[in-house]
Amino acid sequence: MKPRAFLLLAALALGGAAALGASGPATVDQGTITGDALPGALSEFGFFADPAGQVPVSGVIPYRLNTPLYSDGAEKLRFVYVPPGRQARSNGDGLIDFPVGTALIKTFKFNGRLVETRVMLHRADGWLALPYRWNEAQSDAQLALAGARMPVATPDGGQFSYRIPNKNQCKECHSVDGKVIPIGPKARNLAGDWLVDMAATGRLDTVPEGSDAMPLWEARGETDVAASARAYLDANCAHCHRPGATASNSGLDLRWEQDDPHSYGVFKRPVAAGRGAGGLEFSIVPGDPEHSILLYRMNSAEPGVAMPELGKAIVDKDGVAIVRQWIGEMQQ
Amino acid sequence: MRILKGAALIAAFTAAVPAWAETITVEAGEGAQERLQEALILAAPGDEIVLGAGRFALSDGLSLDVDNVTLRGAGTDESVLDFTGQQDAGEGLLVTSDNVTLRDFAVENPKGDGIKSKGADNIVYHKIRVTWTGGPLSTNGAYGIYPVESTGVLVDSSMVSGASDAGIYVGQSRDITVRGSLVQYNVAGIEIENSRNALVEGNLATHNTGGILVFDLPGLPVMGGGDVKVVGNLVTTNDTANFAPPGNIVGGVKRGTGILVMANENVLIDGNLLDTNDTAQIMVVAYTLPFTDERYNPYPRGVVVGENLYQNGGSNPDLEGGKELAEAFGGALPAVMWDGLGDGQTPALLVMAGTPGWSVNLPRQGADPAEGTPGPLDVPAPAGPILDGHVGAPEELLARIAE
Repeated sequence: MKPRAFLLLAALALGGAAALGASGPATVDQGTITGDALPGALSEFGFFADPAGQVPVSGVIPYRLNTPLYSDGAEKLRFVYVPPGRQARSNGDGLIDFPVGTALIKTFKFNGRLVETRVMLHRADGWLALPYRWNEAQSDAQLALAGARMPVATPDGGQFSYRIPNKNQCKECHSVDGKVIPIGPKARNLAGDWLVDMAATGRLDTVPEGSDAMPLWEARGETDVAASARAYLDANCAHCHRPGATASNSGLDLRWEQDDPHSYGVFKRPVAAGRGAGGLEFSIVPGDPEHSILLYRMNSAEPGVAMPELGKAIVDKDGVAIVRQWIGEMQQ
Repeated sequence: MRILKGAALIAAFTAAVPAWAETITVEAGEGAQERLQEALILAAPGDEIVLGAGRFALSDGLSLDVDNVTLRGAGTDESVLDFTGQQDAGEGLLVTSDNVTLRDFAVENPKGDGIKSKGADNIVYHKIRVTWTGGPLSTNGAYGIYPVESTGVLVDSSMVSGASDAGIYVGQSRDITVRGSLVQYNVAGIEIENSRNALVEGNLATHNTGGILVFDLPGLPVMGGGDVKVVGNLVTTNDTANFAPPGNIVGGVKRGTGILVMANENVLIDGNLLDTNDTAQIMVVAYTLPFTDERYNPYPRGVVVGENLYQNGGSNPDLEGGKELAEAFGGALPAVMWDGLGDGQTPALLVMAGTPGWSVNLPRQGADPAEGTPGPLDVPAPAGPILDGHVGAPEELLARIAE
């Protein structure tokens, strides 16, 4: 090594240590991700250099989804950590195949305050999903195995009861064929530039075919309505409404790739909807959103009627609007 | 020798109950939601979670995802999971693991379904009560006891009332026994749907819209319902007006239906007492709606009506022109009603000689009942026994609750 390069490295290391305290640069605690325990505090993982500011340590990479899952209007911050020396594998336009040791981290923020952080840990025996609830001081979040409720103010001055899901409820959405899996990071719903960076840094083997295909949610007014609506249904509904998942027995399949209209709801009768059907006969009646069960249930916040069943206290007006427009413009 | 004996003993013991199995008691009161849910999450296979006596006020759905766990209360009137204030989830309790036993507790006023077990093989519901306390209302949840996509289901000595669809509903499953249970004031008392190898025995179904339903529907992941025995049940006075929310398939069930078979293959209805079901004691029909599913056979095939006892039925039918029809038959419709439809290959319906019956004689599947030309029932008698092999839940499930 050339002396100058050595000095530069030393200076960088010292600078890092000075910024982060005497213990050296903060790193993720790999053993906490892959161990057997259910860590009691989020800080045990070491994902964040500044927890309150949600500033991640090196190796914890922020990302966004083109079309996200709506969660009562929460602002969401997403991060992925792939262990050094390991590499995620592309899997077409679908879910990226992350190696053991990976952590997916999602923080929920309301009105500038951190409320909850959910982590998905890829352990040797499969994925584990755990919810953490932030403390008053915003210094750390504690494991909330059984879930919790907390009051959250809405922008219009109201208040609602926000639900932190319990560990089993995490699995209700994150499960296919009895196995826990991630939902969000499908290549089709990830930005092309981000995937290029991930590949360039060696964290991903290659940029997948068909990536970045789902439209940007905020551009939904300017793009193909059907694509926006189908992307919304894929991101918000299809983790349950697909074969092998929690709502498989309904026979409704809302995945992006499902191209059989009856399977995604057109003139499909309800099976076990009960009063959730709202007196309507079909999931989707082309050209007639007000007679479509799908829209009726999206547009309700009443338990037993509301879809999604979990993690919803507030109707997503924007989601309802795009799905209404899509059904309304369907050929009758 | 001694050591070996000891080892064998330990082995025998651990086979039955893991040595580390624990009993975890959860009492009603402050924080019941979190304490009970945490116990359900932290349970290890083999554990028993015991609910104390009292009313558990719950704000959210509960769920169990650990195999081989027993959830036991102090009795169906003593330990009550009260979901009146429920704010989230599609059911009161959700079970997604195998070899679970639920017993001796009640669920009241869940916002959606009562207890749902999905993909939960070898599950036992024993002495479970699910009640919507406001009576039969369309705003009640759909199903009380709701096992689906499971192999090995036993529902025993349970009670459900108020379900706006079916009290006890078993769907897309196989190897099922529903026995010794009381279902009342539901739209359907008991419903077996798209399921195989089911025994419905020794139940009391009363004051529902329809007592016991055996359905096979199109467009579901699991198709081809059949091999169902409905035997030794008391099905009486199912007289509640249909209160299903419109749009649901059971919304078409007529008030005063005793036992209803729609589509399906190999169903035995035998040894039941059918009393005061004022539309039909027994009704056998094809699927009534249009469909596109090519896998689906909409007709009943091999439905056998054996020796049942009939009294006082058919005198106030919930059918278009029902009054005139009843008069034409001398004041009451005969016990067995068939829509007259079959697939033309397998006989749709076989009835013990001497059983009173009539046929609507519909011209085709999906036809309006007004197109029928009602007449006497003319179907063959069963030639021999059917379903005489083992039908129902595996023996292990029955043994689990043998006392």
